[in-house]
Amino acid sequence: MKPAIKVENLTKYYGKFLALEKIDFEVREGEIFGFLGPNGAGKTTTQKILTGILKPSGGQVSILGYDMEKDPYNAKRFTGIVPDETNAYVDMNAWDNLTLIGELYGMPKKNIEVKAKELLEIFQLYDRRKDRVKGFSKGMKRRLILSMGLIHNPRILFLDEPTSGLDVQSTRLIRKMITDLNREGVTVFLTTHDIEEANQMCDRVAIIYQGKIAAIDRPENLKKAVKAAQSIEVSFHRQVEIIKELEDLPEVDEVRKQGDKIRLFTREPGKVIRPLVEYAHKNRLEFLTLNTLGPSLEEVFVKLTEDKESVAGV
Amino acid sequence: MFKDGESRIKTMIQGALVIAKKDMKIYYLKPPVLIFGVLFPLFLFLSFAVGRNVPLDTLVPGMVGITLFFTASSVVPLILPWETRLKTLELLISAPIGVNTILLGDILASFIFGIIISLLPLTLGLFVFGANLVYFPILVLNIILSSFCFSCLGNIISFPPTSEPSQIMMFSNLIRLPLIFISGIFIPVSEMPAWGRIIAPLSPLTYTTELTRFALGGQTSYSPYISFVMIALFSVVFLVVGFALHKKSMPKRVQNL
Ligand SMILES: Nc1ncnc2c1ncn2[C@@H]1O[C@H](COP(=O)(O)OP(=O)(O)O)[C@@H](O)[C@H]1O
Ligand SMILES: [Mg+2]
Repeated sequence: MKPAIKVENLTKYYGKFLALEKIDFEVREGEIFGFLGPNGAGKTTTQKILTGILKPSGGQVSILGYDMEKDPYNAKRFTGIVPDETNAYVDMNAWDNLTLIGELYGMPKKNIEVKAKELLEIFQLYDRRKDRVKGFSKGMKRRLILSMGLIHNPRILFLDEPTSGLDVQSTRLIRKMITDLNREGVTVFLTTHDIEEANQMCDRVAIIYQGKIAAIDRPENLKKAVKAAQSIEVSFHRQVEIIKELEDLPEVDEVRKQGDKIRLFTREPGKVIRPLVEYAHKNRLEFLTLNTLGPSLEEVFVKLTEDKESVAGV
Repeated sequence: MFKDGESRIKTMIQGALVIAKKDMKIYYLKPPVLIFGVLFPLFLFLSFAVGRNVPLDTLVPGMVGITLFFTASSVVPLILPWETRLKTLELLISAPIGVNTILLGDILASFIFGIIISLLPLTLGLFVFGANLVYFPILVLNIILSSFCFSCLGNIISFPPTSEPSQIMMFSNLIRLPLIFISGIFIPVSEMPAWGRIIAPLSPLTYTTELTRFALGGQTSYSPYISFVMIALFSVVFLVVGFALHKKSMPKRVQNL
């Protein structure tokens, strides 16, 4: 079976800035593929290239076996797109926006009407279908954009951070819709900076950091990396010069000094506290602060990138 | 899908019609379109015609020519900057239609706008000023061809990849204003000084004015055949040049989305 999406050696420069560096990956038909990375990692750039909006500086993209450069018509026909920002025509009403997309994808008029009605009802916009999009709230615009991505029954759905900045209820609605569509056979390319979302929703996740793919893996492995990036942050009433002893504490993976604070990275914060207190007691140190910190996104990505490099180095 | 050229052209025309329909819904009533496409040519013409005793067979063709020229070339260059600014261009670029289809749709919308608005000065000329319509089919064909030609010119004007409509408007007037002075609008070509008669053929608007004058039974310098051929020629050149320029600037435009 042909992969739904195949990306080889994909490179993108913005002027001199290298936004994507020789990216490779494949998305299988029928899977939900997460594309996870912090802000500025290159997610939107990748999605725009895969959907034929941006031209890459190098490399190949094919969608369902059709090369984006050589056969853009077929490479674009089967994809539905939900961009990161609203790009509906604000001077037209919701109905006209939907039918425009249907017409651009060459759907028969009758099918457009049936599908538009169905989607507007699902997304609770049917009563507002004759209103100009200009007056829509942020949530309504997002729902309209989703309908516009689905009107032509795409086989591959691209979503760029579809739940970012939305309330819990809308987030739930959108996630459910994505899993339902996937169950019906739609391949999903889901861009996100939310590790939890990637874990919950995706069959496989690619982690992109600074324009490079750090790892492509199942969510379970991602969870391990998240765990490994937990830490305890302490500061004492006087400077501690030697941190070797801290590194030798049980369950501590790594110790870093950051200003007057010390961070101990560990998978098991709960098991580090007691030895830490004993250490302080022995050295006559008084605690000024003691916090357990979840991983920041950046740290998880750095961790994953390091792991990958250390593997590659062996 | 694209096995034969015929289905390719059919797909392109269908796509262009979809785009044109969208443009008509959104852009015809935008203030800059009305100001630069309708009011501007009207005032421009009045400021030259009022008070001077312009003969009818110069007045009416001039009015029709200048309106067609400004209206047909005013919608199309504004569309792309707007679509760049609102990012709606993304929707169009990611759809399975080519860039030329999008451009053709915009040209089509502008072309229809030109035809509709040119009926105003024409009605005024025929029924209020009492101009004499001698060759009706020539008038119709002239309006259609000229409107298409000027839309294609407008399409060229919109190639800089800006998202600022006012920039394009300035650029566009920089190109359009000089042209009206060499096109026999205010003085018929036959009455121009020698240097005027040499540069007048370089403007497509010259032929529009000539044909209108001919259709209204006035004196002309070129035969209607030559005028039609020249307008058609200008249209083809403008269309091809416009496609080529946009092809070059489109990646930059999209990058700025
Ligand atoms: N049009 C552009 N021009 C210049 N740089 C850009 C442009 N778009 C994105 N970038 C840069 O490319 C990098 C990746 O951006 P983007 O793909 O939007 O990241 P993400 O979606 O993961 O947040 C960022 O550093 C961003 O500043
Ligand atoms: Mg983004």
